[in-house]
Amino acid sequence: MSEATIQTATPVRRGFPLSAYLVCSGGIAWREALRFIHQRERFVSALVRPLLWLFIFAAGFRQVLGVSIIPPYQTYVLYEVYIAPGLIGMILLFNGMQSSLSMVYDRETGTMKTLLVSPLPRWFLLVSKLCAGVAVGVVQVYVFLAIAWFWEVRPDWQGYLYALPAILLAGLMLGALGMLLSSLVQQLENFAGVMNFVIFPMYFASSALYPLWRVQESSPLLYRICQVNPFTHAVELVRFALYRELNLQALAIVLGCTVVFLGGAIIAYDPARGLISRKRQ
Amino acid sequence: MQDGKLNGPHPADDLPALAVERVSHSYGQRKALNDVSFTVPQGSFTALLGPNGAGKSTLFSLITRLFNVRHGAIRILGFDLSKDPGEALRRLGVVFQARTLDLDLSISQNLIYHAALHGLPASAAKTRIGEILATSELRSRLKEKARNLSGGQLRSIEIVRAFMHRPRLILLDEPTVGLDVRSRAAILSEVRRLVHEEGVSVLWATHLIDEIDAGDRVVVLHQGEVLAEGFVPDIVAAQGARSIGDAFTRLTGVRAKAAQPEGVA
Repeated sequence: MSEATIQTATPVRRGFPLSAYLVCSGGIAWREALRFIHQRERFVSALVRPLLWLFIFAAGFRQVLGVSIIPPYQTYVLYEVYIAPGLIGMILLFNGMQSSLSMVYDRETGTMKTLLVSPLPRWFLLVSKLCAGVAVGVVQVYVFLAIAWFWEVRPDWQGYLYALPAILLAGLMLGALGMLLSSLVQQLENFAGVMNFVIFPMYFASSALYPLWRVQESSPLLYRICQVNPFTHAVELVRFALYRELNLQALAIVLGCTVVFLGGAIIAYDPARGLISRKRQ
Repeated sequence: MQDGKLNGPHPADDLPALAVERVSHSYGQRKALNDVSFTVPQGSFTALLGPNGAGKSTLFSLITRLFNVRHGAIRILGFDLSKDPGEALRRLGVVFQARTLDLDLSISQNLIYHAALHGLPASAAKTRIGEILATSELRSRLKEKARNLSGGQLRSIEIVRAFMHRPRLILLDEPTVGLDVRSRAAILSEVRRLVHEEGVSVLWATHLIDEIDAGDRVVVLHQGEVLAEGFVPDIVAAQGARSIGDAFTRLTGVRAKAAQPEGVA
């Protein structure tokens, strides 16, 4: 047992150039892309799920569920058109949860340690991982929109461009939520339960499938729940953006939730403050 | 970031590669490390010798900043891990006890990914892979998926990965666990060769006495406490023992384990 060493010499700090951050971020995105390419079934299932809703669920409900003229729509719209933003939200929600599931998997298999011992700031590593996951989700969304075009979901071409920042932001919020959840879940088996308690309630208690005024008519309580559900606002942000309109309330809520969820995840993954260090790896 | 030189400027000679100063860590009520202090001098091969449950992996989690150092301090080449984690971690290479390669990626993809996490671009990473694997048969298998490799080969790649960003200090947490005797010997020999060629310092955690050479430094860790620190002959002499295995038994009351019956120590 040696005596504690008192450091007298001062080592020279070098810091990290911007290029190191770019290389690191690019490397994380590259790995996400490789994993995505290797898991083709993940891409297919991410598309099949919303398309089934569009082709089957919406076709069945279009005769039953009338949608009155509500903003941002200027006229009556098909039910397929109404639920398209909700299905975009569904893609982003599943993608966010899938990314966080892969973080839990990485932690179980040990590959997460490789990421966490990188010398670059941990918040930067997590944000890079989040952005890489969102980029994959955005690709899925636009492939979905391309297919949905044949089912009469046809915003004008500028709508596709206007929607991009909204889709990115919604993806960031849902990805950050997934990341926060992944920090709280220790085992893959537990994560399945969390998915059930998060994905389905978030999706169904929102404006994804039905306009909120219809929900209010049937259940004021459910209406309140829908209103405080951040997923509702992510869907509305995308819905308005597809028609080149900005829903300021939705933007503020989605931005705020993104900051809170991401901040929570960064704290949870910080060994100095987070939950990770209190558990055995 | 990388210029072909060792990572980071050469520090003053009196700075140890690793300084663990009065570190304690608990899991709830259970104390895993109790006031642990030791140093790893620059250029040394230091074995952290302790039986299973001694606290070696906890100590590694603290040195790699997976856990926060709540009591005491850890410095890598003089950089305090809590105050200057980036500067400390950039000088550190790690081989964890559990496998940490992504089995779905190829060997080269795993290595390039690791290099990127340290800010090393792919082109420089490929050059570095060529340097480290210049004489290795694994060089011809770089495009194979990691899952196709044997346990010993996976471990070899993890060791290569730890050297990728030219660290000054390498931590290896029981790197030969689960390997056959031949693979163990090959891994140990490979690490000693790389240490010699790259001039880095090593902290090698093990519970196997025959992984220690007569010229190594040893830190004996038992039940979360450092019981001895020094070169093998000094510890043997201080305990009045016949070998390092005997000294270990006298210190801990635990019979020393060896992978090979004809252990070197």
